[in-house]
Amino acid sequence: MIGADAIIKCLEEEGVTTVFGYPGVAIAPFYNSILESNIKTVLVRTEQNAAHAASGVSRMTGRPGVCAVTSGPGATNVITGIATAFADSIPLICITGQVNSELLGSDVFQEADITGAVESFVKYSYLIKNVNDIPRVFKEAFYIANTGRKGPVLIDIPIDIQNAGINKFKYPEEVNLRTYKPTVKGHAVQIKKVIRELEKAKKPIICAGGGVLLSEAEGELQHFAEIHNIPVVSTMMGKGVMPTEHPLYFGMVGNNGKAYANRAMNESDLLIMVGARVADRAVSQPDLITRDKVLVHIDVDPAEIGKNAGPTIPLVGDAKHIFQDFEKEEFSCNCVEWIRTLNGYRTTMEKKRTPNPSYVDPAAFIAKLSDKMEENAVFVADVGQNQIWSCGYAKVKKGKFLTSGGMGTMGYSIPAAMGAKTAVPDRQVVAVCGDGSFQMSMMELATMRQHHIAVKIVVLKNNYLGMVREYQHYTYKDNYSVVDLSGSPDLEKLAAAYDLPFLRLEDMGKCEETIDAFLKEDQSVLLECLIDPMDLVK
Amino acid sequence: MKTRIYSVLVENRSGVLCKVAGLFSRRCFNIDSLAVGETDDPEVSCMTIVSSGDERTIEQIEKQLNKKLDVIKVKTFAEQQCVTRELMLIKVKYNKNNRREIMEICESMKAEIVDMSKHFMMLQICNTPEKVKILIQLLQSISIVEVARTGTLALAKCIENDDSK
Repeated sequence: MIGADAIIKCLEEEGVTTVFGYPGVAIAPFYNSILESNIKTVLVRTEQNAAHAASGVSRMTGRPGVCAVTSGPGATNVITGIATAFADSIPLICITGQVNSELLGSDVFQEADITGAVESFVKYSYLIKNVNDIPRVFKEAFYIANTGRKGPVLIDIPIDIQNAGINKFKYPEEVNLRTYKPTVKGHAVQIKKVIRELEKAKKPIICAGGGVLLSEAEGELQHFAEIHNIPVVSTMMGKGVMPTEHPLYFGMVGNNGKAYANRAMNESDLLIMVGARVADRAVSQPDLITRDKVLVHIDVDPAEIGKNAGPTIPLVGDAKHIFQDFEKEEFSCNCVEWIRTLNGYRTTMEKKRTPNPSYVDPAAFIAKLSDKMEENAVFVADVGQNQIWSCGYAKVKKGKFLTSGGMGTMGYSIPAAMGAKTAVPDRQVVAVCGDGSFQMSMMELATMRQHHIAVKIVVLKNNYLGMVREYQHYTYKDNYSVVDLSGSPDLEKLAAAYDLPFLRLEDMGKCEETIDAFLKEDQSVLLECLIDPMDLVK
Repeated sequence: MKTRIYSVLVENRSGVLCKVAGLFSRRCFNIDSLAVGETDDPEVSCMTIVSSGDERTIEQIEKQLNKKLDVIKVKTFAEQQCVTRELMLIKVKYNKNNRREIMEICESMKAEIVDMSKHFMMLQICNTPEKVKILIQLLQSISIVEVARTGTLALAKCIENDDSK
């Protein structure tokens, strides 16, 4: 057995079913050995998308997705995908081939110091210099990626190590890391303090972030909110913690969120932030969430607590464990009046749009599309105006909502949707992007064709980089700079070139029928929606 | 602004210094001084980092250091809680007019002459960072040729029931 065989065995031990990647000489032994395995390989068309696809797998399965690329440019291309996963705490295993270990540091062909380059975007990284370390390193890597504050782990493996004979393969049963012991269970005293505050509170609210989804605590959170009648808002990464139409869910907060959600958060007398970083887009003025209220901050990463806002009660631990502990506590909380107030805000503060009837109204379209999607469908939003409309109007029922929140990486939706579809082939997966973000990932149409990954793609087309244009509209008084997308391909011809069914919606006239036809397709399909280039999300 | 001394025990592996230094630069934390050396356990190194910042920064430095997987333990001290030392070698150019003065400075600052030639001498001082600074100031008017300093080393003051192990 050689190192490359050992790597494959490690992946099998971890239950990995698909590897996304792009081969090259430095990773060739790995791709040769994988032929002997049942692990499926998917050839993406650029390495960044291998990481996004692996991220899609992670977010559907709760297990780290895996991508494997070659050294040098292969490795550097994957960095944006790694950084995207890091910003949203998505567990990922990224395997990079490396030049011969004896040549390391001599600038040979396709050598890049990838562990050095990704240092600030990974939870941890390894450069394997001894073939016998492979089982231990992989065991540790999967453990590190998927525990505590989750995140990407990169494993760099020189080609000679992949080719070296391994004495004997034994996958370790457990890890032994003296420096890494994440706190999972919340401190009992702190938990009691929170409950005491909840009893006193007249206007409590829970603000859920992506951490709730990462800890798979949606059920616990919803149950807790329901039995005590506590309203819930979410950050962008927290969208989907509760069904959008749940009577206790009051929308997404932040500068791109709902005004009534922000008002609810700011007016509360007890705010429970859980699995949320209190980052600038969700909370633009941290003093508003600390003033005149009790702030409880629950996070598995102690460094997030107090980083942007000083909480009254810090509570370190995993959201699932903490909500399970909360549930054991008997108390009552009377929020009837508060919820009535919030419902009032929801009715009066919902933004009225005045859509241009000559185009598709993206807000109404997204609401309708998500409404018609299956109960457990996966909605993947890209980055730009499409993302803000998706966050604002997509209804999540029992499915998932995926997007790149922290890094805001354009081109995320198509590869992430591919990964998600690979992980849950029986579920409907729809990617919504703009014509800017679509063109950042449209090479993946070939991957979808080749591997029969049936992702449905919506392109909201306005011939602009809409989000930047909107910014220039407000900040530079319509002095547009480098946002015109003229020269974009005819999407109908493009779909034909990839032999994909194509649909176009020019206004709201045939919205229903078009969405029905789009969702009915059992293969990949492209739907182009023409939207008003001057439309604004704000 | 407050000054804190972080005594950071790390895995003695290649790249760890880079990771810790990178953390400081990425998060815009200051490094006033940094000293690294192996401990009694050859698998463990101790980094002594002197940094300064407001309350939030001081807390973040400790938390972010603790997040690094190669970091075993972080201890944070205010200056008065520990004994600090710095070693400096300093080379000066001398002549017969100022030789006496240099020797007097050496004596009063507890510095030693460790090497000498016809026109140059090298002094060594091992003292608190403040004393080291004073010696530099005193010698500045004479003619400093070059200087090498270790950066601050620190250990918590001796108290009974010390549980740092």
